[in-house]
Amino acid sequence: MASDLDLSFTLVALAPFFAAFLAPFIFRFLKEYSSWALAIVPAAIFFFLASFIPAIVEQKLISAGFIWIGAFGIELNFFLDGLSLTFGLLISGIGTFIVLYSGAYLKGHPHQGRFFAFILMFMGSMLGLVMADNLIALFTFWELTSITSFLLIGFDHSREASRRAAIQALVVTGGGGLSLLAGFALLNLVTGHWNMIDMFQFGPALRESDFYLPILLFVLGGAFAKSAQFPLHFWLPNAMEAPTPVSAYLHSATMVKAGVYLLARMAPILGGTTLWGTILPIVGGITLLWGATFALKQTDLKQMLAQTTVASLGLMVMLIGIYNEAAIIGVVLYLLAHAFYKGAMFMISGGIDHSAGTRDITMLGGLMRKMPVTFVATILAAAGMAGLPLTIAFLAKEEMYGALLHADWMTLLAQPQDLLAVIVILVGNALMMAVGLAILFKVFLGPEKPTAEHAHENSFSFWIGPATLGVLAVLGGVMTDFINHNVVTPVASPIIFSDVEAHLHLGFDLIIKPAFILSLLTWVLGVLIYLAIGRIRVNLAAMVEAANISFDKIFDWLMFGLVRLSDAVTRLLHHGRLEIYLTLVFIMFAAVFFGPLFLMQVEWQPLQIPNLHFYEWSTIVIAIAGLFAVVAAQTRLQAIVSLGIQGFAVAILFLLFGAPDLSFTQFMVETLSVVILALVMTRLHLDQADNRVRADKLRDGSVALLGGVGVTALMLLVLQGTLDMRLTDLFAATSVAIAHGHNIVNVILVDYRGLDTLGEISVVMTAGIAILALIRIRTGGRQVGIGAPKAAKRGGGK
Amino acid sequence: MRTVIFRTIAPSLAAIMLVFSVFVLLRGHNEPGGGFIGGLIAASAIAIYGIAAGVTEVRSAIRVPPLNIAGFGVVIAGFSGLLSLGEHVPYLSGLWAFIPFGNSEVAISTPMVFDIGVYLVVLGTVSAVALALEETEEDHHD
Repeated sequence: MASDLDLSFTLVALAPFFAAFLAPFIFRFLKEYSSWALAIVPAAIFFFLASFIPAIVEQKLISAGFIWIGAFGIELNFFLDGLSLTFGLLISGIGTFIVLYSGAYLKGHPHQGRFFAFILMFMGSMLGLVMADNLIALFTFWELTSITSFLLIGFDHSREASRRAAIQALVVTGGGGLSLLAGFALLNLVTGHWNMIDMFQFGPALRESDFYLPILLFVLGGAFAKSAQFPLHFWLPNAMEAPTPVSAYLHSATMVKAGVYLLARMAPILGGTTLWGTILPIVGGITLLWGATFALKQTDLKQMLAQTTVASLGLMVMLIGIYNEAAIIGVVLYLLAHAFYKGAMFMISGGIDHSAGTRDITMLGGLMRKMPVTFVATILAAAGMAGLPLTIAFLAKEEMYGALLHADWMTLLAQPQDLLAVIVILVGNALMMAVGLAILFKVFLGPEKPTAEHAHENSFSFWIGPATLGVLAVLGGVMTDFINHNVVTPVASPIIFSDVEAHLHLGFDLIIKPAFILSLLTWVLGVLIYLAIGRIRVNLAAMVEAANISFDKIFDWLMFGLVRLSDAVTRLLHHGRLEIYLTLVFIMFAAVFFGPLFLMQVEWQPLQIPNLHFYEWSTIVIAIAGLFAVVAAQTRLQAIVSLGIQGFAVAILFLLFGAPDLSFTQFMVETLSVVILALVMTRLHLDQADNRVRADKLRDGSVALLGGVGVTALMLLVLQGTLDMRLTDLFAATSVAIAHGHNIVNVILVDYRGLDTLGEISVVMTAGIAILALIRIRTGGRQVGIGAPKAAKRGGGK
Repeated sequence: MRTVIFRTIAPSLAAIMLVFSVFVLLRGHNEPGGGFIGGLIAASAIAIYGIAAGVTEVRSAIRVPPLNIAGFGVVIAGFSGLLSLGEHVPYLSGLWAFIPFGNSEVAISTPMVFDIGVYLVVLGTVSAVALALEETEEDHHD
């Protein structure tokens, strides 16, 4: 494995992040030309990845990477096979067009640089996701896509709707990510590997493991959330609040496909069981019908596209669930077809919006003459969407029907679940076709609506993307040999985990296949639905109105409930009454000491009176006298000072028993705490006398006794046993030799356990900031600031 | 509390305590002492000076806001560990240099820098709190 390959792969995943970092600066210098400069990055990645096509076609597996956290077996490593290469090419290829398109779409937007930064970061995360081998790396990139998509959906952050959509997408997909992490952790537990390449060898054993069910459910949870499967689909249509380039990129070719990618990737490990073959087709089937049906209800172009995207994702999940060779070939083809036509469609909808000023399909009409190039691109994309012959989608549809049809019609009828699946796919495809026709005919044909008056063909950057993708959607369907050899075989093989020999071709013999009859049925049904689309839309809208409930609303309720719950918990725990805080703290303190005593069932040895010197006894007597003085004190100040007596006596004891360090510190701490407590007293304007009633005194006294007795008992217990001196001996032996210090305590603090001390001093400082803020709040009026207030500085100048 | 005797002695006392705190800090690696205790002594010095001379006086004397001192302490403690990365040993590993100085030698080390950081954090935080508490209402409105 060449090390320059390692480097170049890592660079591919990281280059978009570098570009993202530079994007705002590039935008400052190049203004409207910055999209051309930034598009070089994805284009370069595209050509770099494309150079691996020959190797991948020969079924080679290319892997590279670095060790990331060696101690845990976590590596930042990547591998390319047909599946990841195809995704990588789609991400970088479509990404190039998206960057160009964004430049035109957001022309004049003040935060264009920020937008480029976000979209490039997203691109990097997505590339990392599809190329990552190590599951932890994959998870990291997975969550990065959630975070960057949050930023992108909420890009127009001054509008409440986009903020809400962004949070919703983050909660759903991020929550799914956590489920995924749980699944990955279990996978590691069972297989002992983090790298997927190693796991592939583990497949059969894993499927029989006890953990198979939880692993499958956790992984599916993550994939379904990301790929907007029912009932987690609702975030995707809402995410249309994002600027159109984002929708075109995230919601057609890339992010939502991450779930599909993961399922395809995991299929050799987790797939092929009855459970897999049941859950995926059912969830996918519901999602397909749900999305396709609700697409008809919409009048907003982007919403129509979003709902059909949900439907397409459902279709792909369904096919992966069926998991036979034809179904997987169908998925691979459909994946390509969908990326092409849906990406094109989204960009077209943005172009129409930009040109005609609306995306409402009922307001648009007759744009054919005004926007000829866009019109042609739309014909190509709609043909792809409808799966007409000569498009990739057509081939995909033939394959998926073929996957379910057996030798003849009779065997199909004997298999009710396959028959059901055929019907679901047929209806779903027909519905999506109707949406495609609606977009094409309602927008471009018919009488010119008033919106068409100002409509005009957009600039090159607007239409180059959709036109190219539209051409690809058709071209791919014609060049069957090329597709067979370069796409289907290398992509489908790793999903099935055996060699797939693709055999697509175009010819008249396709027509006599039973699958073609199903295609014909799809088209007829699609046209019929298109003709009735107006009535269906009205009826659906009425139904939704009548139901008065949606997943969106349920999500809101859940979020609202969560906020209420945290509010209630906060109020319960953080009520602001210092007495109760302190009581609780000290009761817990006592419990911590008493707990072990009860649990360990210790045998107490008779207490021996230690043989001490006269002066040692006197010090102990002083300490005890100090305590009595505290209890007997008339005023609070007296009590505080008396507490100091006890503290000093203990400090002297430390000194007498050979712990000068401890004693030294104890002296200082005692002094300072008496001073600070006294200052707090005057600060808070407390009464001189202690005004607690008898019951309060009893309660506080018993808590204090409990804590004190607990500490004493534990100390005595510790002294009963023999102390483990190994660490002490080690430190004593090594502190001079390796740390050049005779003061072991100090050596431990600043050298052996320096990181702990670093943490502690950070805590000390943070606590200091908090205390200062509290003190300043009490004084009121003055600005709360860390450091010297202005008033003091002026005072100092006098 | 502001008796004449106290007010007269406090500045000298504070000065001696500050010098002593540095002494305690630096001897800490081999004798009882160290950054934490040194910082406490220095903070007490500042607190005493504040009680005697007023907070305004102290703030102008130390020039830097006390919490900035603490922040600086955390930073240099954290950075002292970075040097070890250059030597390809784990973060915060102690590095030592012994510089000949007359008949003796002076030991310069990253743990010492780290300890100075601890000293500054304790000094800054405790004196910030003490000074804030010592501030009376009049100090705010002068």
